[in-house]
Formats: sequence, C-alpha cells, structure tokens
Amino acid sequence: MVKYLEIRNLRKSFGGLGVLKDISLKVEEGQVVAIIGPSGSGKSTLLRCATMLETMDSGELIYLGENAVTTGDDGKIVLAPPRKLRKIQSYYGLVFQNFNLFPHYSVLKNVTDALITVQKKNKIEALELGRELLQKMALEDKEDAYPHQLSGGQQQRVSIARALALNPKVLFFDEPTSALDPELIGEILQVIKDLAAERMTMVIVTHEITFARDVADHIIFIDGGVIVEEGPPEEVIGNPQNERTRAFLRRFEG
Amino acid sequence: MELSVLLLKLTEGMWISTKIFVLTLLFSLPLGLFVAFGRMSKNPFIMNIVKLYISVMRGTPLVLQLMVVYYGPYFIFKLSTPDRFLAVIIGFVLNYAAYFAEIYRGGIESIDIGQYEAARVLGYNKSQTFLKIIFPQVVKRILPAVTNEVITLVKDTSLAFVISVSEMFTLAKAIASAQRSVLPYVVAGIFYYVFNFIVAVVMEWWENKLAYFS
Ligand SMILES: Nc1ncnc2c1ncn2[C@@H]1O[C@H](COP(=O)(O)OP(=O)(O)OP(=O)(O)O)[C@@H](O)[C@H]1O
Ligand SMILES: [Mg+2]
Repeated sequence: MVKYLEIRNLRKSFGGLGVLKDISLKVEEGQVVAIIGPSGSGKSTLLRCATMLETMDSGELIYLGENAVTTGDDGKIVLAPPRKLRKIQSYYGLVFQNFNLFPHYSVLKNVTDALITVQKKNKIEALELGRELLQKMALEDKEDAYPHQLSGGQQQRVSIARALALNPKVLFFDEPTSALDPELIGEILQVIKDLAAERMTMVIVTHEITFARDVADHIIFIDGGVIVEEGPPEEVIGNPQNERTRAFLRRFEG
Repeated sequence: MELSVLLLKLTEGMWISTKIFVLTLLFSLPLGLFVAFGRMSKNPFIMNIVKLYISVMRGTPLVLQLMVVYYGPYFIFKLSTPDRFLAVIIGFVLNYAAYFAEIYRGGIESIDIGQYEAARVLGYNKSQTFLKIIFPQVVKRILPAVTNEVITLVKDTSLAFVISVSEMFTLAKAIASAQRSVLPYVVAGIFYYVFNFIVAVVMEWWENKLAYFS
C-alpha cells in the first residue's frame, strides 16, 4: 500500500505551551483514520499542521513520499521549495467545521472556482465536474443558490464538493458536524460514509464516537498533545487498554 | 445679472467642482487601498509612518492642508507655486486617501480568517485570495461608509475656494457679493443637493447590486 501521509515527531507549541508533543502517524491509500480526544487535546492543531495552516515547530510532514516539511540538524524546520510545496498542497483538501464557503460565490462557483483559477482547468470541463459533484451531494437544484440561502448541512455538502473538486489524495475533516443542528448531522455523516465506501483516503476529527467506530479503519485517541492509544476501532473503542481512553469513552455511553 | 447668465456661470463652476470630485475619487480610492496595506504592514517602520500620515490628515482641517500644498513649496522650499487646480487635487487625494484607508482597513480586518484559510488550502495564492475572495466581500461591507465619504466630498469641493480655484462655490460667492444677492447661494445649494442626490442614487443601486450575498 502507498503511504499517502506520514507525520514524524511533530511538535507544536503556542507561546511556550506545548500543544502537540511528538506525534507520529501514517495514513495509507484508502484508509479512513478518525482522531478522537477531549477538547483542547490538540486535534485541530494536528490537522492545521498537516494542512500547513500552521507551521510545526519540528518534525516531518510527508505526502506520497514527498517531504513538505523536514527538520534540519540544527533543529529548525525546512519547508520544501515553493513549487514543490504547491504541488504537495494539491494532494490534500480540508473540510472545516464552519464550512468557510465563499459567500459572494454561487454554489457552483464555490465548487469550481479553484479548479479554474488555481488548477487552470478548462471552464466547461470544470463546470461539468462541478455539476457532477453537486449531483453526488444531492445539491443539483442548488447550483445557482448562494451559501446564505442554504441549511448548514447543505453548506457543508457544498464545502465537501468544493474540496473533492480538486481531486485530493487525502481529505481532512475537522469536526464536520459540530456546527450543525442535530437533525442535519446524519446527512453529513452519510456523505462521509459514502466517500469511505469509494475508498477515499480521509482523516477525520470527530466527537461522533459511534460514527468513528463505523467508518474508520484506524482510530487515534489524543489527549494532552500525545497519542495515548491507537488501533482498529474494535480495539480502541471496543476494548480500550488505556485508562484515559476508557475515561474519555465513558462520557459517550448511556 | 440674468438668471440664465448666472446659471451659465455656476454651471462652469460646477464643471470644475465635478472635475475635483471625479479626480479625487479616481486617485484616492486606489491610493487609500495601498495606504491601508501600509497601515497593516508587519514592518513597524512603514506601519508607524503611515499611521502618522493618517492621523495628520484626519486631525487637521482640509482647508489648511490645501493651503500647505499650494503655498508650502514656495514658503518652505522657495520653489515656484504649483498650479492651483493641481494643488487642490493633490490636497484632496492625500486627505481622502487617508479616510478611505481607514475604511478599507476596517473592512479587511472584519473578514473572517476562515476565508483566508479556505482559500489557502484550495491553493489560491496571496493576490488571488485578496482580489477574488477578500476584496469583493470588503467592498460590500464598506459601501455605506464610502457613501458617507463621497457625499462629504461633494460638499468639500467648495473648500477649493481657499486657494481661489474657481469651482462653483467660489463663483457663487463672488457673484453674490458683486450683485448683493443671495440667489447665487440658493442656486449653489440646489446644485450640491442634486449632485448628492445622484450620488446617493448611484450608491444605493450599487448596494442593491451587492445584496445577493451576505
Ligand atoms: N493559535 C493559537 N494560539 C494559542 N493557543 C492555541 C492556538 N490554537 C490552539 N491553541 C491551544 O492549543 C490547545 C489545543 O487546541 P486545539 O484547537 O488543537 O484542540 P482540539 O483538540 O481541536 O479541541 P476541540 O475539541 O475543542 O476542538 C488548546 O489549549 C488551545 O487553547
Ligand atoms: Mg478542534
């Protein structure tokens, strides 16, 4: 199997406060990894470092064998040269908790604009692909709507379509359902399950433990900036070994 | 003086006022954006210089600034006095750029950081992000504040009288005192009102045009 993402010895602190302490993980082609853990444990920071919205203090970030970030002998991080970095950045997409759709663009333009502007794809092809993705997200009748006219669930589906349009190898989700009304959560979880069935490689931060157990091949439990326990869902969720994992999971029972 | 002659004279003045108005907007709107970037610069030297410039422009009367631009070259540097109209344009542009800069800055800083992050992960470069994603949203947010400034500008054009540029108000004043009549002032008032009425209509049309998103 091809290693799509590898993180080695990632450290990150904010103003002296260590948030991530030596995190290493691997994501293989077609794998779905769920990251769970208490609030403030560093899950978002981990995704933000992996998507380079945040620069790690030290460690390595590797996509498909290509180093985006390495750490030199002097302990300072080294970024790949800009051209290579741009290429690596096209390997991943990110779905945000609060969607971050572009409010002044129609649904279709939200999905296709990066294809046309960034990837310089032919406009007609881009629109065709955009419509295909909207259909897949059951939004084909919304292509001319603007984000503020949609429900939270619909907005999140647009943002998933927007990320998929660029054909990423790895798709990250940071609590994709946390900003949604409870009755809209199911539709987003279903979309992600469908993507998993198509063997889309995904890394999902979520508080939906049942969903994580159902969809993920691999669960990572983070607490206090370290990976406390990881493994297949049957083990980490079904039969956790670490006391902290057990304490965390107990809160989701009953 | 016949009313038609009065109107003709004031219309000539109005043409000058309109030129001041149009040229000021034409230069100060883009310049203001660059000033705003300077004000938000991470370089403390640039940031502080621009901050000082803005505070002087906003903290002193425009009339005084026009006089400095016109008389300054002679009294300070012993250079020849510039063309009056040019001095007016320079004075207005420098002043209005400062006001517009603060409006732009407020607008830019009000945009959610998530917009930048989404654009970045999608691969937009910095200028694409600003031009395509951020700026259109800024324009919508600042339009009401810009409208206020533009309406003020229409009235401020009358300040060009201070260095004797014959815009409409200067002429109205001259005719009024020569004729011992208030009629020129009444006509001038109507001119300004109609001008601003048009400005308001245009800006409202623009605001409505941008109402499709929120
Ligand atoms: N930009 C920042 N500056 C300073 N501190 C930060 C910053 N971002 C995150 N932190 C801190 O890092 C820690 C981890 O935050 P993070 O958002 O990664 O947690 P999380 O696991 O995603 O939590 P949640 O489940 O609530 O989303 C927190 O203590 C947070 O306050
Ligand atoms: Mg988080």
